[in-house]
Amino acid sequence: MYTGQSIKRVDALDKVTGRTKYTDDLCDRKAYIARVLHSTIANGKVLSFDLSEAEKVPGVVKILTCFDVKEKHYFPTAGHPWSTDPGHQDVADRLVLTDRVLFYGDDIAAVVAEDEVAAAQALRLIRVEYEEYPFVLDVQKAMEDGAPLLHENYPNNILKHTTIRNGDYEKAIQEPGLIKVEGWYETPVVQHCHIENFICFAEKEGERITVVSSTQIPHIVRRIVGQALGTGWGNIRVIKPYIGGGFGNKQDILYEPLCAWLSLQVGGHLVKLDVPREETFVCNRTRHSIRNHIISWVRPDGTYAARKLEAFSDQGAYASHGHSICAKGAGAFPQLYPCPNVEVDAYTVFTNKPVAGAMRGYGIPQSMWAVESHTEDVCAAIGADPIEFRRRNLMPVGYTDGFSKNENYFDSFNQCLDKAMKAIDYERKYKEYQNQTGDIRRGIGVAVFWYNTAVWPISLESTSCRMVLNQDGSFQLQLGETEIGQGADTAFAQMAADVVGVPVEKVHVVSCQDTDVTPFGTSAYASRQTYVAGFSIRQTGLQLKEKILDYAHLLTRMPAFNLDIREGNIVRIPDGRVLMNLEELATEALYSLDNSRHITAESTYQVKSNAYSFGCTIAEVEVDIPMCRAKLLNIVNCHDAGKLINPALAEAQVHGGMSMGIGFGLSEKLMFDEKTGRPLNNNLLDYKLSTFLDHPTLKAEFVENAEPTSAFGTKGLGEPPACSPAPAIRNAIYHATGVGVKNAPANPHNLFKAFSEAGLI
Amino acid sequence: MYDIKALYEAESVADAIRLLQEHPEAQIIAGGSDVLVQVREGKRAGAELVSIYGIDAMRGVTYDEEGAIRIGSLTSFSHIAADPIIREKIPVLGEAVSLVGGPQIRNIGTIGGNTCNGVTSADSASTLFAWDAIVELTGPDGIRKVPIQEFYIKAGKVDLRPAELQTAIIIPKKAYEGYFGNYIKYAMREAMDIATLGCSVNVCLTEDKTGIRDARIAYGVAGPVPMRVPTAEAAAKGQPVCRETVETFAKSVLEDIHPRDSWRAAKAFREHIAVEMAKRALTKSIELAGGEIRE
Repeated sequence: MYTGQSIKRVDALDKVTGRTKYTDDLCDRKAYIARVLHSTIANGKVLSFDLSEAEKVPGVVKILTCFDVKEKHYFPTAGHPWSTDPGHQDVADRLVLTDRVLFYGDDIAAVVAEDEVAAAQALRLIRVEYEEYPFVLDVQKAMEDGAPLLHENYPNNILKHTTIRNGDYEKAIQEPGLIKVEGWYETPVVQHCHIENFICFAEKEGERITVVSSTQIPHIVRRIVGQALGTGWGNIRVIKPYIGGGFGNKQDILYEPLCAWLSLQVGGHLVKLDVPREETFVCNRTRHSIRNHIISWVRPDGTYAARKLEAFSDQGAYASHGHSICAKGAGAFPQLYPCPNVEVDAYTVFTNKPVAGAMRGYGIPQSMWAVESHTEDVCAAIGADPIEFRRRNLMPVGYTDGFSKNENYFDSFNQCLDKAMKAIDYERKYKEYQNQTGDIRRGIGVAVFWYNTAVWPISLESTSCRMVLNQDGSFQLQLGETEIGQGADTAFAQMAADVVGVPVEKVHVVSCQDTDVTPFGTSAYASRQTYVAGFSIRQTGLQLKEKILDYAHLLTRMPAFNLDIREGNIVRIPDGRVLMNLEELATEALYSLDNSRHITAESTYQVKSNAYSFGCTIAEVEVDIPMCRAKLLNIVNCHDAGKLINPALAEAQVHGGMSMGIGFGLSEKLMFDEKTGRPLNNNLLDYKLSTFLDHPTLKAEFVENAEPTSAFGTKGLGEPPACSPAPAIRNAIYHATGVGVKNAPANPHNLFKAFSEAGLI
Repeated sequence: MYDIKALYEAESVADAIRLLQEHPEAQIIAGGSDVLVQVREGKRAGAELVSIYGIDAMRGVTYDEEGAIRIGSLTSFSHIAADPIIREKIPVLGEAVSLVGGPQIRNIGTIGGNTCNGVTSADSASTLFAWDAIVELTGPDGIRKVPIQEFYIKAGKVDLRPAELQTAIIIPKKAYEGYFGNYIKYAMREAMDIATLGCSVNVCLTEDKTGIRDARIAYGVAGPVPMRVPTAEAAAKGQPVCRETVETFAKSVLEDIHPRDSWRAAKAFREHIAVEMAKRALTKSIELAGGEIRE
């Protein structure tokens, strides 16, 4: 068995030696360089361009503006599976270049030049004349009557409003003796900050266009580039090499359509579009800032009588993933702490800000910031112990969600809390840090999270796999699911080796994907790669095995049902005798003059289940009150992600997610100028991504309850680690100081305000 | 790919002056950790550059004949931090420059570049202000020596004349002998950051360690250029080493500093931490000097 073992990553040697090829490594040096001109107003219309000086720059090939976009093929950008039902399709509101500017940084023109210097020089020399309109940056102000309207079809800028009504909230709150706890909790706009900025290149080959892109979702890129160019999707070929991180930003179509369109404008010549970091912050995608308003009606015995949530999600200027994110976050609210009487109103609202899309956690980090901060406030209001209160009110074993049919099969929450508390010595520290005085105080805080793997039944879940046997008994493994740095290829190889019965070295994962040859799949999002791919790997592996054993029957005359493949050998089951090895069989199968066969297997599995994936974070901080800063001393995450396929990689996943959660909780925030809508800190100096020195040792713990719906007992772990660290840190600061920060991040600016208001400084 | 019109590499100080005279539009580049960033941003795109990075005579820390500490302007931050003279006489300067950026920046970045940039947030600058540093400038007319407070003219502008380059930074013997100092960098994260506020304090105590003979304090980011805080210095000078002196000293910094209200940090916040930083840096300096703060 290879699953369950911490084998070395299949790409480890390539990555540490620098042999790994990323998008830019593959681009021919003859490529023209494209740079995008972005608007310098937040709302308005481009009236004209003066290109005269820019066109004089030596090396400039062509400058294209929004007025050159004659065929208006509006396209959606979300990396969702396509829906053949028009009612469920993503909003198609983008053009490759636009004259109708909706945020500071909108794409209005592009320079194609022979090199980067010429492109940058030309960009600086383009003059633009605008008609300016008033703009709106605040999510609730955008909903007011008379606010600047971004899209005609969406009155009050509301992209979507969904509700949940369970029981009778209004009646329930009449119960005598209830304690009302109310709070507003907000998370900021943040960005993914993957190491490799988005980059792609495109050129014409014959009558088709090839796009090589740093993306999580090559098959979706193919579809959307086809939509954006108004051509058959088969005319587009997308290649996805190794990528330097995506975290959801690359689960969106970014500049692939523009790059392909630019190539067509210069005779199909190779055009490369490499987005600078400053533009990655503003002109790719961000995480939705969500303002949550929660009211809880609590009985003195620590149970909930009624609860209410209003969530206002700031979409930015275009629809992208739209309401899916806010809806997922709001959907967690009635499930995490079930209560018979619940009202939820979730709004996703356009503002003149950069476009928000998918980012690790997909609405859950924002929701958990609010829900778990609020849980702490509830505990304080009724004098409850934070751990005991959670144990009492969290989703119980056996809970089933009527919509997804997800069931809470195990006591994951309590098991995870127990393990995390032990790992960080919670009980002792919690007592020790009660009622401190002085300038420097310590605290310890907990937060749990709700997450579910994959997207069924909201969207399609389909996975396809191909296995091609080689002469030496090894085989290629191809999947629509993508390696994006998380280690998916290694997990796939482990699963495939176990199903077919070969040493894992005999599995060659074809990592670089090409939509012309890679089996169809909708790829990396929703923490679904290992869960979903498991189904098609298992199904396809069994088919391959059957074909091999069928051929073994021809060669050995033994009945196939008495044969098995073990460690690359054909074994007779009843006596365990090795009859031949797979290499002999595979070579004979290909070259046999009697019965030549190319043994391959390929299949699609449509998954109609998904799985809860729960866990918690406990964080310990030291707060320097006069200096208004919180230092993270210790932090532990504990997850029930089912059976781990590769524990070392799982641990690394958790570390990465915790790191993102630390920045989200303590330092990261993209800021905008109120007067102009201009982004203020869109670079890695002024945007305070946390550094190695801001991290204590990251501890990852696991509870391994085998997920019964899963092909290998496993379930999602990509996004869950990023969901609970921020509120755990916030609650630790609360424990230390008695001051509960409402708005993330708990950076010195916010702590200064909060400590001032509380009279601590 | 950088938009650079021409790059001239100087082999000596005299060669650099000649190149700067021949190419009056040219700008000086040392380690490049600021200049290249600005070329990339477009601020200095298309620049002509004279590189002085190869002039080894401008590297290293030595004593001059009068016992002053002479730091060659090309000395990198990591070399300053590791230098035995700095570690013995003004360890606080090594500590301050160890807080610049990350390891790579500290290997390439130079103290001359850090000060010639003219920015208020430079981690070396407030400590150099607090230690009465002298800037040595070499140009066509020979050598000039300017107190660092006069070297900074305004934000982003220093007293560097045409074809002149900064060749050394000098800490006079009387400025360091008997002084002990501490620098606090307040930034939003533990590395790779610019100071929200920087505060450098040093003291010289009386022989019995119960009185403050002299105290000096300088801030970065408390104004458009690094600054000394004379009111606080006067408040501590000649006073007994006690809690009240420290408190008075710290509070009086508000008389002189005038930090900006900006999206990077609110004025009220900067003022609040300025007082706390002064308190802590003086406390630490007194401890380093062997003093004990009585309540």
